[in-house]
Amino acid sequence: MDSQTTYNYKVVRQFTVMTIVWGIVGMLVGVYIAAELAWPQLNMDIPWLTFSRLRPLHTNAVIFAFGGSALFATSYYVVQRTCQTRLFSSGLAAFTFWGWTLIIVLAAVSLPLGITSSKEYAELEWPIDILIAVVWVSYAIVFFGTIMKRKVKHIYVANWFYGAFILTIAVLHIINNLEIPVSLTKSYSIYPGAIDAMVQWWYGHNAVGFFLTAGFLGMMYYFVPKQAGRPVYSYRLSVVHFWALISTYMWAGPHHLHYTALPVWAQSLGMVFSLILLAPSWGGMINGIMTLSGAWHKLRDDPILKFLIVSLSFYGMSTFEGPMMSIKTVNALSHYTDWTIGHVHSGALGWVAMVSIGSVYFLVPKLFGREQMYSIKLIDWHFWMATIGVVLYIVSMWISGIMQGLMWRAVNDDGTLTYSFIETVQAMHPFYIVRFLGGALFLTGMLVMAYNVIKTVSGARPADAPVPQTA
Amino acid sequence: MDINTLRGITTALALIAFVSVWIWAWSSRRKKAFDEAANLPFADDSELQPEDASHE
Repeated sequence: MDSQTTYNYKVVRQFTVMTIVWGIVGMLVGVYIAAELAWPQLNMDIPWLTFSRLRPLHTNAVIFAFGGSALFATSYYVVQRTCQTRLFSSGLAAFTFWGWTLIIVLAAVSLPLGITSSKEYAELEWPIDILIAVVWVSYAIVFFGTIMKRKVKHIYVANWFYGAFILTIAVLHIINNLEIPVSLTKSYSIYPGAIDAMVQWWYGHNAVGFFLTAGFLGMMYYFVPKQAGRPVYSYRLSVVHFWALISTYMWAGPHHLHYTALPVWAQSLGMVFSLILLAPSWGGMINGIMTLSGAWHKLRDDPILKFLIVSLSFYGMSTFEGPMMSIKTVNALSHYTDWTIGHVHSGALGWVAMVSIGSVYFLVPKLFGREQMYSIKLIDWHFWMATIGVVLYIVSMWISGIMQGLMWRAVNDDGTLTYSFIETVQAMHPFYIVRFLGGALFLTGMLVMAYNVIKTVSGARPADAPVPQTA
Repeated sequence: MDINTLRGITTALALIAFVSVWIWAWSSRRKKAFDEAANLPFADDSELQPEDASHE
């Protein structure tokens, strides 16, 4: 199996299958905690099932288990195919798969037990942090090792985005998790007060910018041209897109800390860079969508292409909404409300999940030697369930969030608050039910996908495509 | 040196870098290399896909 004559599809297959599994698990937890918000008694007074413990499990599962597996799978596939060489070190690649899986299992055990460093999206405690760093460095070695032994002259733009994502996440993860252990399951950050908050959101926003954006843009730059059957609209634009995006994202983090103890100049800096981000974000989105220019008819009967293109529409929408919400006066209304949750999910479900789903539908037949998925019609069903699910989710959160913000800031003539806190919670209740239904619909679409994938691969044998032997 | 001079220089350098990337990307000398790179996803049709069979 380890000969250099075939691509290493084994590790791609493993991560592709786990993308679907972790997607279902992570979204199931998400739907459950959405139901808990609507019907709080669902925690059944069991500490492990409380919202506070399951919420970090949900975010870690969907971002790092589902999104992470999708990124591992696609980056390993794309880097081999566009470098026309087998992955560097099959052993190390296998280690990244089993190491990543172990990390996910450890997260699934430790988070419900309440073991947390309490940093958002970096909750895992120090022993797991060290394991993540080791696996991530191995990932970097496999990825860049493959690029170094490429058989072609150029490094395709998708690999630039994947490479930036891998390097940056290594830096972010290590710096944000510098901590002093006091026991096996408890540590404290080495940074004090406002500095700790700034480091955390420098990490947090770049986790969005590099993990959830740059990596998935790498996916877009390979799978959209492949599925559309034509090269990307403008390669020049993709080069400017890359440099502008990565140099701007680094500075946007302080918008998570408006009106806090963070120095005002840092808040303003974060806001300005967030506004600038609109330009490279939309440049990339337009580049992806315009790849279909002259071939729009393909959208009509290719549901995989629909997933990819609609994911770009959601990307454009959430990267317009994000800069708007980073404006301090808008943030004064939106921050700490459900509007933020809606914004995150238009990016996470609409962009990240849908571009991943489209890529998985592209990959599965190729990895198992089938011509196409078992049922194209079921992909179409999945597409509509996912789209309607996201729309229900974000519209309910827009209404709920803006209402919540307006009720919090309403004051009577004598300066007292118009509404008590519980009145705002009561007003949000119907929208929590709509959000639950939207999420449940999206999850059902994932189950349709799982069925379609099982039918596609059952009876099929794993297929490893040969590496071109041209010099 | 006054800190504000340094800030001004940094801003100017960032602007120059940004404009340089545009000029470099749109220069006619880069066109051939970019066209080659843009076709990399299609350069390794080693799989026997249905659409490949129609070529030749």
